[in-house]
Parts: sequence; C-alpha cells; structure tokens
Amino acid sequence: MNYSCSRYELKCNECGKRFGNQPLSACPDCLAPLEITYDREAARHLFTKENIAAGPANIWRYAALLPIPDGFQPDLPVGFTPLVRAKNLGKRIGAANLYVKNDAVCFPTLSFKDRVVSVALANAQKFGFDIVGCSSTGNLANSVAAQAARLGLKATILVPADLEPAKILNTLVYGARLVRIDGNYDHVNRLCTQIADEYAWGLVNVNLRPYYAEGSKTVGYEIAEQLGWRLPDNVVVPMAGGSLIRKIRKAFNELIYLGLVEEKPVRFFGAQASGCSPISVAVKEGTDTIEPQRPNTIARSLAIGNPADGPAAAKMIRSSGGWAEDVSDVEIVSGIQELAETEGIFTETAGGVTTAVTARLYADGRISANETTVTCITGNGLKTTDALIGRYQQERAVRPRLADFDAYLRELDGITELELTTAGAL
Amino acid sequence: MSIKVTLPTAFIRHTDGRKHFNSAASNLPGLIADIDQTFPALSTQIKDEEGKLRRFINIYVNDEDIRFLGGETYAFQDGDEIMLIPSIAGGIA
Repeated sequence: MNYSCSRYELKCNECGKRFGNQPLSACPDCLAPLEITYDREAARHLFTKENIAAGPANIWRYAALLPIPDGFQPDLPVGFTPLVRAKNLGKRIGAANLYVKNDAVCFPTLSFKDRVVSVALANAQKFGFDIVGCSSTGNLANSVAAQAARLGLKATILVPADLEPAKILNTLVYGARLVRIDGNYDHVNRLCTQIADEYAWGLVNVNLRPYYAEGSKTVGYEIAEQLGWRLPDNVVVPMAGGSLIRKIRKAFNELIYLGLVEEKPVRFFGAQASGCSPISVAVKEGTDTIEPQRPNTIARSLAIGNPADGPAAAKMIRSSGGWAEDVSDVEIVSGIQELAETEGIFTETAGGVTTAVTARLYADGRISANETTVTCITGNGLKTTDALIGRYQQERAVRPRLADFDAYLRELDGITELELTTAGAL
Repeated sequence: MSIKVTLPTAFIRHTDGRKHFNSAASNLPGLIADIDQTFPALSTQIKDEEGKLRRFINIYVNDEDIRFLGGETYAFQDGDEIMLIPSIAGGIA
C-alpha cells in the first residue's frame, strides 16, 4: 500500500527521514508525526497566479501544492468559499478592516472539513482502501460520509455518543455506518488509533492524517488570493486539534517562498471554548506542554481535550506574536447571534467561539482597529441549532387581517394606543 | 500484582513480535525500568536522548489518560490494562 510520486512525500520533521507515500502518520523510528514535504522548486512553474486563476473555482486550483496523486481527476467543487468584508460586525466590535472567511457554506457538507476529506480520500483510493472512516466531533463525520458515498467507498465513522442529533443525522443520511462511542472525542480518537493498527481501513485523520491535514492549507491560499494576493495582518482561527491554524501558516509561507505574495509578519490568534481550552491555556502560560482537559462545552466540534497538534500550535502562535483566548458558553451563543445579526452568516458553536474571541481580542487591544484581520468561520449553524433552544420564542399566530397585523406589530413594539394617538397629533 | 501492557504494532519489531506482556511494575517509572530490562531495543525507541519517555507517546490506564490519574505518581492496581499509543498529530511545520 504505497505509491511513488516525485512531487511530494512523507517526511519526519524530527529525524528528517523520508517515507515515500503510504498510509502512515507516525515515524516508525522516533514516533514523531509525519508531514508532507514538497519539491517546491518543481512546483514553482506550476503554482503561479496565472495558472491558479485559470483553474476551477474550488480547491483544485491549488492542486500543484496539494498531495494529490498523479492522474487523480477532481470531482467535487470543494472550497473557494466567500471572503466577505464584515463592516457591520466590525462597527460593533471596533474593527475597521475585518473579513470573515465563510466556510459555513463549504461544499458539499457545510464545513471546512470538506477540504481535508477530499484530499484524504483521493489518497485513500490511490492506496486501494475499500473502507474509509474517521473519529469525529461531527463535521468530519458528515464530510467523510458524503464524499465516500460520492466516490463509492464504504464508510465507518466513530463519534462520541453525545453528539448533536443534526450531526448524527447528517452522517447517517449518506448511508455511512455510524458507531457511537460511550466516551468523549479523546476516547474515540484513541480507539481509532487502535483500529487503524488492526484493520486495513483508511481513517482520514489517523493513518491518512498527513494527507488530510494538507487540505487545510487551501484556507490560507484562498485568503491570500481573495485579498488580492496579499497576506492579512492577523488571522483568528478556532482550535480543536490545533492543525488548521498551523496549516494556514504553512500555506502563507509557501506563497511567500514562491513569490506569490510579499513577505510580511502575520500574527496568528487561536480561539477555544473555556470548557475545553488546553491550547489557549498553554499559550497564556507560555508553555508548549499541553495539559489535557476533560471537555465541558457546547462547542462540541472543538471539544478535543488532548489536542494532537496542540504543542506545535501553541509554539507557533507565540512565535508569530499572536495570542489565544477562550470564551464561555454564554459568549459562544452571543457570538453566533452577533455574526448572524450583523453579517447574515449563521455559524455553528465553533464559529460562535471564533466570533466572540475576535471581539475580545479587539476589546483587549490585542488587535488594532485598522489592521487587516481575517476571522475563520468553519461550520454551519444549521448543524447546532440545539445551542439556540430557548433563545427565540415562537410567537402566537396572527389572523390574516391587516388590522390584526397592525395591532400585533404595535404589541411587539410595545406601543400603546395612547402613544399612537399622541404621535398622530404631532 | 500484575498489570497487562499492550503495545502498538509499530513497536513489536522491538519485542520479537510480542504485542502484550505482563509486568509487576507498581508505577510508570517502574514500567519503564521493566521495559529497559526486558526489551532494551524498545526502551531505546520510546525514550529520548535524556532518557525520558518521548512526548509523542500517550499512556492509558484502563481507557484513561494516565495524566488524569496523576501521571508518574499513579500506583498501578492489580489487573490494570496499560496501553502505549503514539499520539496522532500533523507535525511541526
């Protein structure tokens, strides 16, 4: 189960050993995580602004710097989500130059996980896996199930038993086999590591993880391209396992190396829920050591108490001059509402985390008003509507008569007959 | 007193193919010392230059991360099932 490819291969960042291309995530010698390394010089004449502009309006326009096997025919138009100027939200939180990267509308399953899954499954097919799967907090489950169905692969997906009903339904509907595990994500993840050891399955975030994780870079490429091939001053990114924030930086560094953008320091800010904040705690305490936590937050898609990329993420954030913050469940819900009310973007709890943390970073003066800042929204609010239960009352039905409607509006606005008469008199 | 230790497949080339073994160790440092004795090749693999357990290895006791149980100070109970599992991460870019 391996293939040769001259453009990229697995490499151990600790001992430097290279391993070609195979379903393997840890160095057999020093056990360190493996990462994809590219022949960047070979990519130089392919990965140009002109070639990218001539490519499709999805992540495959960046294929020259993705671990996509030769001959792979991209099928689904994944990614290339809107980068929108957030003037209204900006006004509310004191930001003059704020953008939202909106992966709440990523295709096909409405989260940024569609990016990583498409890259992982391209490799799963090449390696010859018939069964694919993942450990998931929900969005990944949805994406693996949907994309596996499209590719004709069987999917077995493991999730914590207490996952939001919408995310369970959004997995089952694609015909995937879903196994609910009596435990939290960290238990599920550990079990999947053992499964990958014993079964010949392609688990996208376990034995295919080096390939999978590279898909996250496309968020970074898109941000730079959509800003007119320039880098922002700051990026605010939600953190679960801690992978995305590092891959955005990797993307920016590749763009600088290949001359597509001007070099500039970009500060990276991580966002977590206070109920599961191992990385943000590490950043605040100035350490790379992650103390695992038992998650207790409504932001279940970020509820990873023992984040695999946590140490590296904490180190990178501080070296960039950035910071990490965490917010309470109440703030998360307010963040969801604020983004919806100001920008018309309905995000899930993770996006509530990112929005609330972004607001706090401005309030605390960690980000200045005029700096170009991109806040990354990674999932859709329709999947976590239970977080908003009780926030909106269903009002009584009104008879289909204009007079009743008039009266009802006055009732809603709290205007009395007396006030109306007075206003009329004026 | 005896505990049961399970290793990932990646390690068994250093243990003559053995994936499980029993140990009489009373805590994590005791287990590491036992591995030093019984499987010296494995010992070299799982420890760094300073002789500490590599940070890429997680230790679980009966499904619980040993760090929640007190880490090195946790006293193994008779019949505890110990698992060594490499942490899955994307590396240091």
